[in-house]
Amino acid sequence: MSEYLQTENLLSAPPHPFREFWQYFSENKTALTGFCFILFITFMALAAGYIAPHGPFEQYRDAILTPPVWMEGGTWTFPLGTDDVGRDMLSRLIHGARLSLLVGVIVVTLSLAAGILLGIVSGYIGGYFETMIMRLMDIMLALPSLLLAMAIVTILGPSLENAILAIAIVVLPHYVRLARASVITEKAKDYVTASRVCGAGAFRLMFVVILPNCMAPLIVQATLGFSTAILDAAALGFLGMGAQPPVPEWGAMLANALQFVQRAWWVVTFPGLAIFFTVMAFNLAGDGLRDALDPKLKR
Amino acid sequence: MQVISLGPLTPRFSEPKFSGQLLMIKFLLRRIAMIIPTFIGITLLTFSLIHMVPGDPVELIAGERGITPERHAELKADLGLDKPMLVQYANYIRGILHGNLGKSIVTKQPVFREFLTLFPATLELSFFALIFAVILGLPAGIIAGVRRGSFFDHSVMGLSLAGYSMPIFWWGLLLILFFSVFLGWTPVSGRISALFWIDADTGFMLIDTLRSNEKGAFISALRHLILPSIVLGTIPLAVIARMTRSAMLEVLMEDYVRTARAKGLSPFRVIMVHALRNALIPVITVIGLQTGVLLAGAILTETIFAWPGVGKWIVESINRRDYPSVQGGILLISSLIILVNLAVDMLYGVVNPRIRHNK
Repeated sequence: MSEYLQTENLLSAPPHPFREFWQYFSENKTALTGFCFILFITFMALAAGYIAPHGPFEQYRDAILTPPVWMEGGTWTFPLGTDDVGRDMLSRLIHGARLSLLVGVIVVTLSLAAGILLGIVSGYIGGYFETMIMRLMDIMLALPSLLLAMAIVTILGPSLENAILAIAIVVLPHYVRLARASVITEKAKDYVTASRVCGAGAFRLMFVVILPNCMAPLIVQATLGFSTAILDAAALGFLGMGAQPPVPEWGAMLANALQFVQRAWWVVTFPGLAIFFTVMAFNLAGDGLRDALDPKLKR
Repeated sequence: MQVISLGPLTPRFSEPKFSGQLLMIKFLLRRIAMIIPTFIGITLLTFSLIHMVPGDPVELIAGERGITPERHAELKADLGLDKPMLVQYANYIRGILHGNLGKSIVTKQPVFREFLTLFPATLELSFFALIFAVILGLPAGIIAGVRRGSFFDHSVMGLSLAGYSMPIFWWGLLLILFFSVFLGWTPVSGRISALFWIDADTGFMLIDTLRSNEKGAFISALRHLILPSIVLGTIPLAVIARMTRSAMLEVLMEDYVRTARAKGLSPFRVIMVHALRNALIPVITVIGLQTGVLLAGAILTETIFAWPGVGKWIVESINRRDYPSVQGGILLISSLIILVNLAVDMLYGVVNPRIRHNK
C-alpha cells in the first residue's frame, strides 16, 4: 500500500514554482514576521488619510510637546505625543510611512530597471562596452554610497526627489553586477543556444529567454534594496539634504527633533523606531527570500 | 634537455617558489594598475562637480556675488576657467598631484591643510570604533559559529541583524538620551571638556592630552570617545560578527578540523588554532573593507556628536556651499578608501595563496 502511494507521489506533477517558494518562505518564521510587518506598513501608507487621527501638518498650538498617552500629562487625542509645534506624532509617522515606502519603491524600480538593462546588455554583448560599463560601476562602488549620494545632492540641490534620484544612482552598481554575472552563466547554456538556433533575435534572447532565469538574485537584491533606500533617504533627510521640513519624512523629523533631545524623548524615539523596524522588516524578508530562492540552499 | 635531467630535483623544487613570486608580483601590479581608472573617474566626478552645480563657477569658487564684469573676467583668468575644459582638467590634476586642492571660500585656507588638521579626529574615532567592533564581534562570531543553533547563536544573529538595520544617527541619539541625559555618565558632544585647552601637536586628542600634563584631560578625552566609537562601530560590529560566524561554520566542516579532533587535540586548540586561523582570512578582508563604512558613518556620527572631524566638515561645507572644500573632501576621502581597499586586497593576496594562483 505504502509503495503504491509513493509511486503516485512520484508520478504527480511537481508543485508550481510559486507554491514551492511559498512553502520554503513560510517555514522561515522570522522572514514571515518581516513580511507581515511590510504588509502592515504598506496598509498604513495606503490608508494614511483614513487612519491618521490628525493631518500631518495640523498644528495644535495649545498642545506643544505633549508626552505620549501613558505618561503624565498625555492624552488619547495625541497617543504618541506632539512635536515642538504641536503636530501629532502618530499622524506624522503614518504619513511618513507613505514617503519612506515611496522612496523605496521608486529607488528600487529605477535602479532595478536601469541595472537590468545595463547588466544584461553588457553581459550579453561583452567586449569594450562591457569593460566600460563595469569600470564605471567599479568606480561608483569604490565610493561610500552616502558620500556619493551627498555629492549628487550637492549638484542637484536638496529635496526628496533629488535624494531619491541620488540613491537610485548610488545603488545601481549592485544590480548591474548581479544581472551581468547571471547573464554570463546563463548565456552559455543549451536552452539559450536552442532559441538562437530557432532564430530568436538578440533582443528576444536577452529579455525574454535569459532574463526570467536571472531574476532570483535580482529579486533578493531588490528587497534588500528597499532597506538601503529607506535608510539612506532617512540619513540624507537627517543631514538636511533630503526631504525638507515640514515634510513628515522620518529622517527629517529626527533632524528637527535634535534640539529637544533633552526635553522630549518621544520626538526623537518614535521616528527612529519607525525607520528601524521598517528597515529590519525588509532585511528579514530579503534574507528569507534569499534562502527560499537560492537553489544551492534548497534541500 | 639532457642537462636538466642531471639535476632533476633542484629545478623542480625551486621552480614553484620562483613562479609563485612572479605570480604574486603580477597580481600586485595588476591590482595597482586597476586603481588608476578609478582614480581618474573620481577626479572627473569632483572636477565636473563645480561645473554641474547651478550657478556661475567663477562666483562659486571665488565665493563672491554680484561682482563687476571686469573683476569677473580677471577672476576667470586667475582661476583658469577661460581655458578649454581639457586644459582645465589637466590643470586640476596637476594641482592635485602637487597637493593643491584650492582654497576654502569660508576660511580662505587651503583645502588640503584644513583636511589634514581635521583628519586625525576622524582617524582617532574610526580607530576606536573598529577596535570596539573587532573586540566584540570576533569572539561573538566565533562562539556563535561553534555553538551553532544555540540560544547564544540566535541572539548574536538577531542582534547583528538589528545592528545592520540600525539608522546610526538615531542610535547615537538614543545613546545620548540614555547615557548622557538620563544617567549623566558620558558627555553629550565634542572631543574634550571645555575646561581644557590642549595644543594640537599630533591632532590625536588622546596622545596630545597625555603629553600636555594637564590633570584629568586624558580621562575627559577618553570619556568623550566612548559613545561616538560605539555608534560608529555598530554596523562594522554586526558585519564582523556575521562574517566570523559564517567563516567559522564553513571551516569547522573541513576535513582538517575533523583530523585535528580525531588526533585528540583539545576543543579549544582545534577551534583557536586549526579552525580560527583559516576562518580569519575572509574576516580580515571584511574588517579592511569596513574603512568605507567607517568614513561614511563618520559623516553621520560626527554630525550627531559635534565631533570636529572631516565628516562633519564635509556636511558643513555642503550646507555652506563651500564647493572647493566639498570637491577636495570627496576626492581625499574616496582616494583614502581606494588606497585602503588596495592594501586590503594585497594583504589578502599575501595571506591567501589561492587568490594569486587562480588567475
